[in-house]
Amino acid sequence: MAPPPAVPAPTEGHGLVRTPAQLVASAEPSSQGARRAVDRGFLALCLALTALAMVILAVLLFSVWRDGHERLSSEFLTNYASRKPGEAGVKAALWGSVWVCVICTLTALPIGVGTALWLEEFARPSKLTSFIKLNISNLAGVPSIVYGILGLTAFARLFGTVSSDTPIAVGDPDGFLFLQLPFGNGVLAGGLTLMLVVLPIVIVSSQEALRAVPRSLRTGALALGATQWQTTWSITLPAALPMVMTGAILAVSRAIGEAAPILVLGVPLFIRSVPQNLMSDFTVLPLQIYNWANRPGEAFHELAAAAIIVLLAVLLTFNAVAVVIRQRLRTT
Amino acid sequence: MTTPTDTSKGADLTLRRPEIASGRADAASPAPTCIRAAGFDGWYGEFQALKGISLEIPRCRVTAFIGPSGCGKSTFLRWINRMNDAIPSARAGGTLTLDGQDLLDRAMDTVELRRRVGMVFQKPNPFPKSIYDNVAFGPRLHRKFSRADLDELVESSLRAAGLWDEVKDRLNASALGLSGGQQQRLCIARAIAVGPEVLLMDEPCSALDPKSTARVEELIRELEDEYTIVIVTHNMQQAARVSDRTAFFFEGTLVEVGDTDGIFTNPRNKQTEDYVSGRFG
Amino acid sequence: MSAATVISAARTAAAASRRGTPRSAAARDRRERAVRGALFASALLSVATTATIIGILASETIRFFGMPGVSVTDFLFGTTWAPLLGADKHFGIWPLLCGTFLVTAIAAAFALPVGLIAAIYLSEYARPRVRAAVKPALEVLAGIPTVVYGYFALTVITPFLHDHVSERFGTFNALGAGIAVGIMILPIVASLSEDALRAVPRSLRDAAFALGGTRFDVSVKVVAPAALSGIMASWLLAITRAIGETMIVALAAGGMAAMTLSPTAEVQTMTAYMVQIFLGDAPATGVEYRSSYAVATVLFVVTLGLTLVGNLILRRFREEYD
Repeated sequence: MAPPPAVPAPTEGHGLVRTPAQLVASAEPSSQGARRAVDRGFLALCLALTALAMVILAVLLFSVWRDGHERLSSEFLTNYASRKPGEAGVKAALWGSVWVCVICTLTALPIGVGTALWLEEFARPSKLTSFIKLNISNLAGVPSIVYGILGLTAFARLFGTVSSDTPIAVGDPDGFLFLQLPFGNGVLAGGLTLMLVVLPIVIVSSQEALRAVPRSLRTGALALGATQWQTTWSITLPAALPMVMTGAILAVSRAIGEAAPILVLGVPLFIRSVPQNLMSDFTVLPLQIYNWANRPGEAFHELAAAAIIVLLAVLLTFNAVAVVIRQRLRTT
Repeated sequence: MTTPTDTSKGADLTLRRPEIASGRADAASPAPTCIRAAGFDGWYGEFQALKGISLEIPRCRVTAFIGPSGCGKSTFLRWINRMNDAIPSARAGGTLTLDGQDLLDRAMDTVELRRRVGMVFQKPNPFPKSIYDNVAFGPRLHRKFSRADLDELVESSLRAAGLWDEVKDRLNASALGLSGGQQQRLCIARAIAVGPEVLLMDEPCSALDPKSTARVEELIRELEDEYTIVIVTHNMQQAARVSDRTAFFFEGTLVEVGDTDGIFTNPRNKQTEDYVSGRFG
Repeated sequence: MSAATVISAARTAAAASRRGTPRSAAARDRRERAVRGALFASALLSVATTATIIGILASETIRFFGMPGVSVTDFLFGTTWAPLLGADKHFGIWPLLCGTFLVTAIAAAFALPVGLIAAIYLSEYARPRVRAAVKPALEVLAGIPTVVYGYFALTVITPFLHDHVSERFGTFNALGAGIAVGIMILPIVASLSEDALRAVPRSLRDAAFALGGTRFDVSVKVVAPAALSGIMASWLLAITRAIGETMIVALAAGGMAAMTLSPTAEVQTMTAYMVQIFLGDAPATGVEYRSSYAVATVLFVVTLGLTLVGNLILRRFREEYD
């Protein structure tokens, strides 16, 4: 271990004998001031752009409030849409949204969580399993309007197997218990279509929730002789439930705000009734907003803004309720 | 530290070296002090991790910090290059100097400090870049190099880290493809390439297999002629093998510091004796 | 406790555990099988969904190409989209692709860099308190329904462009819609990129700081390149969302299918055309109606391709750091 010579040997032109320290010392230092300026400048850019996003959000909320708050009243919530802006309200759309949201939640949650359970707890790694996983992550990228086409063909028209002129009907068309095939463009078709839109979100977030449950909990239960399903139902799922709920909240919020798939279903533009049963005609808030925003004239834009306030309030309420439920689950 | 002194520093560094090398040959003359702590205290929030540390670390020698987990040895190491700045709750008091310069000064330019004080971590942490770019990363930050000079610097740094012959044909391959031991030597080369005076090593072999450990230890002994090395280790045999001086830390205090031979064969303190003889820790 | 007491307690417990009626193993196995079947069925539903989408789009598109006056070549290479012009119908997809591309490009030009820089800020710079304020705001932005952004484009962005940038911006224009789409995908880029940046191990940051890197050096030269595949995936997924976005463009971009790259121009995207057809009263058997399925097929193929690539990149990224 000979100490490296301190002075480069003069005979070697491209002397590899220079030590790192010597090479570093011979190079011109970069300007410390410039480096510091770049560092500061980048921080300023970061701050400015992040602030820009916040400002956009503020402007958006402010402009909606400015345009719409004067139209807000109890009549706005209890009146049906009308050609006269002064009498128009969101009653049909509001109730339509509620119906569709409930159907979507009741179907997407069990199917989505069930799929996640199968993938995370039951399925063995196989070609089929990885194909299903790939398929789900790709479904998440399918535009919602395409789901509308699927809902239209599969639910509203039942692939054309039953003519919509002579539907197969069960029950009283004016009562709560009424079903017919095909579903037509009623709330059931709408809710199921939205279920398909949000299913990938529910599945992926539930998978993440299940993966976050420590393996030791499962092995503990299995070691006591519990079956796979007993372990899943009594140990794994309860432990994952708060996180599953978080994903479900996100997914159903998305469903509440979707207009495109409902639009493709071909729901009527003017509805002067609240859904009675699963086959009832309906519209949803986002679609009502679209209709009003799409019309020329200040008055209709104000109505759109007021309906946006209602929609955001519905979303906020839904999130708040769901968060409370989630907290309950977490504490028990 | 300002730019003009920085350049002169770099220049006189090279001038000083022969003198140090010769100084080392003469074992009787004590090496000059490089890092000095006096009454140094360190806190994480309310917890005092270091209490009244007074210690002199000599230039161009290997100093080992030993002691059980949580004794504060790594914390002390991370104050020398101010890596603790990243931890909001970390505070320090007392004196800590490098060549007489106050390391605890709020106005201290940590970027410049870290150029002078390199660090090698517990687990090898190469960047997900090519071998060449890993070594060239630091130099490119601080100085302007011609392509040829940079090539030469990469080569000499890799040679100094004893890795050149193993990687010279695949400099553009990803560093993540190297073995653990090779990765750690790459990290040493990466630290050397910046041209530091001090190398801090925080348990550099704890994630390595015995063969790679032996290689890195050998390297540390070779590098000692050029660099002031401070190594934190859990492994007492390692401290005995590679260091000239050893400092024993226990529960945040410095129990004993002295020549490695003395610490291991004839400790003055009972706790040190118990620790180095394996009775606890 | 003596050994004798322990043994006798254990014997009591063993005896007590035998006192219960044994449950039927056969019933348990039946239930286990039924549950397994139900869960598997729900997993298969997602495959069925994809298969049905492909089946519907394929059969309707084939039917469309079988109609008089329609040809595959014209559709794939034609530069005139005029489906409603009575006798002089033209079905060339390029004007719709061009409109989609223009709006998406504007959205991406805004959202990709801004979202990435916001992500770098949140992951590398922001103090916990700032993060705790900015993250929920981004989540709110992400949770706002797209039709609201459409309204915003129509009533705020476009009037602003008209009054302060150029008189040439009419009620419907590509720039206003593009900016609104950009605002919509911004939180997607920011949050997915931030996830990718945060997945980069701490040790790399330590190494870069220990070499004397500034915060800029560490974030831009080490952390961001290390997270590159995750960032690319977030970009691709955001672009996919932009291409498939419907309500914003239906409200703010207009309804003129045109081969133009002018930001002031009124353009029609693939999705906006589908809205026009499904909202209109074109007969379900007519050629215009069927054409929307062919457009949907193109939309589906494009977005599926991008999602596939994005997911592959994302998977590789996760493998790197797991």
